[in-house]
Amino acid sequence: MNALTLVLLTPLLGALILGLIRPPPLAGWFNLGVSALSLAAALWLAWSVALVSDLPGDLGGPGAINGPIAGSLAGDIFGLPFRVDAFNVYLVVLTAFVALTTSVFSRPYMRYVLAIGRIGPRRLRTYHSMYQLFMFTMLVALTTDNLGVMWVAVEGATLATVLLVSLYRTPEAVEAAWKYFILCGVGIALALFGTVLTYFAAQQVISDPAAGLNWSTLYTEAGRLEPAVMRLAFVFLLVGYGTKVGLVPMHQWLPDAHSEGPTPMSAVLSGLLLNVALYAVVRLKMLVDGSLAHTDNPHLAGYLLMGFGLTSFLVAGLFLHRQRDIKRMFSYSSIEHMGLMTFGFGLGGPLATFGALLHMLVHSLTKSAIFVTVGHATHIAGTQAIEQIRGLIRTQPTVGWSLLIGVAAIAGFPPFGVFMSEFLLLTATMKTAPWFTLVLLSGLAVAFAGLFRHLHPMVYGTPPEGQQPVAANMIPVAVHLTLVLWLGLAIPAFLANWLDRATGLITGTRLL
Amino acid sequence: MNLSLLPLLQQLVLVLAAIVLFLSFVLLAQNRLISAIHAFAWQGALVAAVTTVVAATGHIHHLYFSAALTLALKALLIPWMLHRLVRRLELERHTESLQSPTLVTMAAVALVIFSYWLVLPMIQEELTFTRNIVAISLAVVLIGLLMMVFRTQAVAQVLGFMSMENGLFLAAVSATGGMPLVVELGVAFDVLVAMVLFGVFFLQIRESIDSLDVDRLNRLRETGGDQ
Repeated sequence: MNALTLVLLTPLLGALILGLIRPPPLAGWFNLGVSALSLAAALWLAWSVALVSDLPGDLGGPGAINGPIAGSLAGDIFGLPFRVDAFNVYLVVLTAFVALTTSVFSRPYMRYVLAIGRIGPRRLRTYHSMYQLFMFTMLVALTTDNLGVMWVAVEGATLATVLLVSLYRTPEAVEAAWKYFILCGVGIALALFGTVLTYFAAQQVISDPAAGLNWSTLYTEAGRLEPAVMRLAFVFLLVGYGTKVGLVPMHQWLPDAHSEGPTPMSAVLSGLLLNVALYAVVRLKMLVDGSLAHTDNPHLAGYLLMGFGLTSFLVAGLFLHRQRDIKRMFSYSSIEHMGLMTFGFGLGGPLATFGALLHMLVHSLTKSAIFVTVGHATHIAGTQAIEQIRGLIRTQPTVGWSLLIGVAAIAGFPPFGVFMSEFLLLTATMKTAPWFTLVLLSGLAVAFAGLFRHLHPMVYGTPPEGQQPVAANMIPVAVHLTLVLWLGLAIPAFLANWLDRATGLITGTRLL
Repeated sequence: MNLSLLPLLQQLVLVLAAIVLFLSFVLLAQNRLISAIHAFAWQGALVAAVTTVVAATGHIHHLYFSAALTLALKALLIPWMLHRLVRRLELERHTESLQSPTLVTMAAVALVIFSYWLVLPMIQEELTFTRNIVAISLAVVLIGLLMMVFRTQAVAQVLGFMSMENGLFLAAVSATGGMPLVVELGVAFDVLVAMVLFGVFFLQIRESIDSLDVDRLNRLRETGGDQ
């Protein structure tokens, strides 16, 4: 029994047991408990990764293999290779953390949904079970060393969430879920074709067919992979996983799925799933960069990421202005931020990569806090239409203030963490591609205006007659926003060092 | 490239792959759902046959297992499930024609040419067999995609999705001698779960719009104009 096994087994067993628990209150608490245990296991895993310092180590247990790349833990579980390093363990901890806080929020939220009769006890059971299954697939996708297993896990994440998107069974919800299913299914099928091509390239240089899909093996042999094949493979992989990141023009599913599903789902989809897909893209970019290093266009992968990222960033910023549904609006904001991160990773270099990693962290924390608040706000107003949500700060000050602070944070106001990471990204842009700074700044301004023109009346306007406060648990929001504030004021040394190790892994050079 | 110089078994694989591609065209243009499901089942069976031949030529034992799995899943189980759903939803007599069949078929032909154009410069000329098979698989994948775009009926879209999977599997088997077994099992599992969920969705869609015409799922369009 080691940390990684515990990280993966907890949500899996949790999902199985939650499928059986009948009384709704018990299931809510159990879901919370499982998430807490996952977080503890994730922290343990992070601790053991921190201990290996930058030397090759192993995770122990029979059949453990030495990781060929410094600073990583490698091991087999049921014959499958897993590998944990500073990059993915930070996302594992983030995933487990947001899963825990969202489950704290989801318990009373889903009880309310059950009480007003939008879903029955059976569907609530599906909800809890799928919640943990979703966590399981994301954790597998993050920790596995095998590109094929990663694909299976990312597809599994779609399958686990698609029933949750249609949980309310309204025509809109069913439509959103169908769109999500079909678009992500197509996208992910293209990613599989890219994976097959990668495997084909690997077979020409790697003798052991079983290791041909292992990321670590491919990474050490990246220089020998046929550039022409890898180039085509990356295009397919980027389009495929990019669909899940929500990159424009493959983003069509995202606003629908976020707005029609239950709000805790929107929080984890936005805060976690998009990150996992982006993680996959970055891992694959590392391979392609190695393969293309000696061709005439070594930064092709980076340019592609920059192009897709910038397009998403700008288009989503403009779309923010014309939204009428509060959850749709914030899902466009997610597309915008994912675009910015993609741009950052595409830019390359230690500073931009560090900024993008930090942005992944602060965006997840802020966006899930916002969705939690929005969940309460929609219950207060009884609708998701922006025009009918009015005067939150007067009806329930905690919700109103949280929404205001959350949006200020996501829009990139100092002193919040998002400001820090956007500042780093802008600095990096100024150094390597100065002209893009103007584009980025105007994009940020457009997005800022889009958010605030809708926010102002929702928070300050006159509340309609008889609007009542609801029972709200604001602890998750407070915790997230405090963390984001803390990250903006002073990044703790251990975390900076951690992100720096991840930066070193991705770019080969450290920043600090 | 001179195909007649290839070993006989490889030629056989190419012929089978060509029929798989042909069946993609059949799927694309087939108006009756039941016939389309049959075409899909045949496509699955052919992919299984390709797998068996590749296993025999390369003496790759785990491919026999994949072949059996493909046959069971793609040629028998999924078509059977679809068949049952179609009967349950009383869609046996349902016919649905493409808006402009000629144009769509021409687009599919263009996709085949595009696949060859994409793949030929990528793989060295000595690997005649691999070049052809990867190009054909890519064409099958892209035609599946085309089908999902142009067909508005949910069952037909699912058939497009599944034939994309067939194309992917064809590529994996014939170009690389099959992915590692665990990956193949994982993919097969995902496909199966997806099929079950598709079934659930048919019922949900039917319940919500009283039809399986996905074009009528249009409530979530981006609202134009300013408020």
